[in-house]
Amino acid sequence: MRYAMAIDTKKCVGCSDCVVACQTENKVPIGYCRDWVVEVTEGTYPMLEMEIRSERCNQCENAPCVRCCPTGASHYSDGGVVLVTPRKCIGCGACIASCPYDARFPHPLGHVDKCTFCSHLITKGMKPACVSVCPTKCMYFGDLDNPRSEVSMVLKNRKWKTLIPEAGTKPHLYFLT
Amino acid sequence: MREEIIISGRMNHLIDPQLNIWHWHIPFYLFLGGLAAGILFFAALYTIQGKEEKYPAAVRKAPFITPIILVAGLLALMLDLNNKPYFWRLYTTIRLESPMSWGAWTLMVVTPISFIWCALNIRDIFPSFDWKYRWIKELEGFFIRHKITMAWILLVFSVILGIYTGILFSAFNSRPLWNTSILGPLFLASGLSTGAAYIMLVSKSHAERIMFSKIDLVLIGIELFLIIHMFMGFLASTQVQIDAAAMFLGGPYTAPFWVLVVFLGMMVPAFLEVMELKNIRIPVLIPGLLVIFGGLMFRFIIAYAGQASRWLY
Ligand code: SF4
Ligand code: SF4
Repeated sequence: MRYAMAIDTKKCVGCSDCVVACQTENKVPIGYCRDWVVEVTEGTYPMLEMEIRSERCNQCENAPCVRCCPTGASHYSDGGVVLVTPRKCIGCGACIASCPYDARFPHPLGHVDKCTFCSHLITKGMKPACVSVCPTKCMYFGDLDNPRSEVSMVLKNRKWKTLIPEAGTKPHLYFLT
Repeated sequence: MREEIIISGRMNHLIDPQLNIWHWHIPFYLFLGGLAAGILFFAALYTIQGKEEKYPAAVRKAPFITPIILVAGLLALMLDLNNKPYFWRLYTTIRLESPMSWGAWTLMVVTPISFIWCALNIRDIFPSFDWKYRWIKELEGFFIRHKITMAWILLVFSVILGIYTGILFSAFNSRPLWNTSILGPLFLASGLSTGAAYIMLVSKSHAERIMFSKIDLVLIGIELFLIIHMFMGFLASTQVQIDAAAMFLGGPYTAPFWVLVVFLGMMVPAFLEVMELKNIRIPVLIPGLLVIFGGLMFRFIIAYAGQASRWLY
């Protein structure tokens, strides 16, 4: 099983509902976030093009944050989800520096925190909070190894890209373009 | 043409507008680690070669500071941790993939040896020192008998410690400036150079000072060579590394790096050391302190500039 998420940049309107849903569901401390929205405008007026992306940890298959963690607190969990065990984390910040996507933050309690793909929900067969709340239904979630999953289907039928694939992290976040 | 990127909803003052996660602790820790590695390397080397009498400052006097700076370095590392009560977790696993992990273990080997080394030489400072208890004296005898073995272990681990101070950074491919394997040997050379400078400072023998002046000159030469190599590598690499190099070639770090590190920390002391070799009296304090200052600035600049360098997407 390999969990992945596909986000439709053509449908996303940048409302940030996913950000709020995540903060509520995961009790993200005030002043931090596990997901965020990026708007890229390209071109010169009037020939402008805009892309809106809801971003979060890419749950990399070759994760530099797992590699550099001195205690093994950052680890691969079921379905390839990268998780942090708070009781093992010393808060050295190595993983924060190692993430090319800047997806991690130091939790005020001491350990490092980031998107978990809502692992507490997906293990019960539910969808991550951001995916279920999206008003435009622009996010697809599922198992890449299952050809019938929502995410596999949409990746088969649409054009997509991943972010900085040249960093070699094998990201599991796909952006439909 | 890319016009602008707006990131909304990302609230993290430690990441935006640029990574800001490591402050003075880490560069200071790496500087102290490099300095200790340098001093202990020469102490071990000349013990193995049997030149204790020829270079007494290198073998006996200079190492007295190493336990202090190693402990200070570990304290700085501790202060940097966000989850301090879990510090001991560093020592429940060894993860060879993580430089932070094997570096912490290297320190656990080097620090106790530095204490033992000082204990064996304590009579240099207090000639009538007595260990009082018999078992301590027996222990002392044991270590004196195995001094050469200890020196070999120290020699190897001080090199590992010196290289580690650079590899800690170079293991991060997310920060293009750090992501060069030259940083390992470069920080090793810089650590050895600061170590040699410290020995110069505490040495009372002219011959010994001249010897370490020469060693330092060679090391500065190696550092300059590696720095040029590093920038050549960056400029011949991908856009993100070209951008990283640009911070030092016209960008915000140009003046601090070339003036404080290369000019004041390497070229001026090298020039003064050449003068000294030509028998012009130069107070050893000046080149010695400049080299140490340059080494400290080097760590700080690389640590901060590296956090400002990133992938663009
Ligand atoms: S996006 Fe960053 S935090 Fe997430 S798995 Fe990849 S490297 Fe780790
Ligand atoms: S901050 Fe925690 S999770 Fe991150 S590398 Fe350090 S110990 Fe591992």
